[in-house]
Amino acid sequence: MHVAHLSLADFRSYASVEVPLDPGVTAFVGPNGQGKTNLVEAVGYLATLGSHRVANDAPLVRLGAERAYVRGSIVREGRTTLAELEINPGKANRARINRSPVPRPRDILGLLRTVLFAPEDLALVKGDPGERRRFLDELLTARAPRMLGVRQDYERVLKQRNALLRSAAMARRAGGRGASLSTLDVWDSHLAVAGAELTAARLELTGALQPLVDKAYDEVSSGGGPTVLEYRASIGDEPLPADRRLIHDALMAAIERQRPSEIERGVTLVGPHRDDVLLKLGALPAKGYASHGESWSYALALRLASYELLRADGGEPVLVLDDVFAELDARRRERLAELVAPGEQVLVTAAVAEDVPAVLAGARYAVSAGEVRRTV
Amino acid sequence: MYEGAVQDLIDELGRLPGVGPKSAQRIAFHLLAADPADVRRLVNALVEVKDKVRFCTVCGNVAEADQCRICLDPRRDPSVICVVEESKDVVAVEKTREFRGRYHVLGGAISPIEGVGPDDLRIRELMTRLADGEVTELILATDPNLEGEATATYLARLCKPMGLKVTRLASGLPVGGDLEYADEVTLGRAFEGRRLLDV
Ligand SMILES: Nc1ncnc2c1ncn2[C@@H]1O[C@H](COP(=O)(O)OP(=O)(O)OP(=O)(O)O)[C@@H](O)[C@H]1O
Ligand SMILES: [Mg+2]
Ligand SMILES: [Zn+2]
Repeated sequence: MHVAHLSLADFRSYASVEVPLDPGVTAFVGPNGQGKTNLVEAVGYLATLGSHRVANDAPLVRLGAERAYVRGSIVREGRTTLAELEINPGKANRARINRSPVPRPRDILGLLRTVLFAPEDLALVKGDPGERRRFLDELLTARAPRMLGVRQDYERVLKQRNALLRSAAMARRAGGRGASLSTLDVWDSHLAVAGAELTAARLELTGALQPLVDKAYDEVSSGGGPTVLEYRASIGDEPLPADRRLIHDALMAAIERQRPSEIERGVTLVGPHRDDVLLKLGALPAKGYASHGESWSYALALRLASYELLRADGGEPVLVLDDVFAELDARRRERLAELVAPGEQVLVTAAVAEDVPAVLAGARYAVSAGEVRRTV
Repeated sequence: MYEGAVQDLIDELGRLPGVGPKSAQRIAFHLLAADPADVRRLVNALVEVKDKVRFCTVCGNVAEADQCRICLDPRRDPSVICVVEESKDVVAVEKTREFRGRYHVLGGAISPIEGVGPDDLRIRELMTRLADGEVTELILATDPNLEGEATATYLARLCKPMGLKVTRLASGLPVGGDLEYADEVTLGRAFEGRRLLDV
């Protein structure tokens, strides 16, 4: 698939911009702060309903404007679909497909798929578990849009359960007999159902990624592996069962074990929101042991593996490389460029033209002061 | 900030559900400019609704007497109770014409985030109604969102020892939605396809 046209209104620094796009490689080049990342961020938002840079939508709306619009013509197997999003921070976003409103913005998920490489990716390896959970969850949603609902259900149950535990803990500390925990059982079972579904999906995904990450790591770094991905669940050290019902039962048992500490501390201590994926390089964890270059290779391998996986599902995703080449040494840069060059559509940003590897020749746009002008 | 009375009005309006500070201001200035007779009619409607309308002592639905029209209607089947969150849900279910039993209005759903627990809902009153054994089926028609589901689960567990038939509306209702917004056909179908709640 590819994006044939991108149009933005009041998105980030753009009051309004129209960008026609071709399949193949397109590079956006221009000095710092001119709006290159803003363009590809918009493409990513159409695909994921989220930004790779910020957790909430407010910064996406141009200063002084009330809402932002992102429109993309998406071409898939010769058929064009127009996807439109109205971003209303703090309120419900709205979406249209081929000019007809859809009930929920998430109905546009699946029309466009992207795999985005960015300097922030290093945090997948070096950062907190939350970075790796988000990586898995976003990939889950890209593969099966209904997973967004599962994630949102889980987050909602978690919030409700934490609110209950917190008020109980506060009442206890204040010396009262404790606020009523009579509904805790109910939240437990809802937490276990949603949590088991999310955990099972993440486990399955980790298994599917494993060989692809190992292969990609080998390709970008020429040796130095093997890489191993181990899903680490908060419910205990034993390997998790693959079956959702068994995970559900294990979660229920863990919730029961943790009950006294949860009531004491007023927060939910077990569940997929506390899980992690251990990224191993050889016998050692990458985090805390791998060199800077190795960590970059690992981060690239995770993104390349996502690309392979989505491609195997059918529907070749759009590749977005935001400012990554400047971060890499010459060899990794060439390797990455060779691997992504055959993609159906590759969108690259770079501050200077020399940062774009020669194999990624294609269309060029100069981006400066909110103007996007085709030069090649 | 505006002076005294105007600001007081804006503050009061802003406390209404769904009215933000901007809308509160707009409504306040609309009222200021409006015909005094129109404003008087609005004031009377507000006073009247508080004076006349009460909540049914049996089911919690809005009523103009001690009991609501549905509780007083002898043709309604007393052996089935449909549990809903709000009075407006009674109106929604009535429109389907599928249901001939009686109602119980909880006054909300369990939501710790908003500080709403079982004691804040009309659950004790429901248990009292179930005590004499006349009711044999309970239909849980709380909203098809997480809080509505949790409330239904809680009630189903509470009623389990009583040996009642407890059913939950079939899905087909938009998840994450409000019962009152479901169209009549969907809601009607959901009634027919209600399922036993497995707890
Ligand atoms: N909501 C917003 N309203 C107005 N301007 C914004 C908004 N968000 C970001 N900007 C501006 O956009 C610019 C950043 O654009 P962007 O991140 O696309 O730069 P870039 O071209 O990718 O630069 P670099 O080469 O440094 O990565 C900044 O100057 C910032 O002030
Ligand atoms: Mg940038
Ligand atoms: Zn009544």
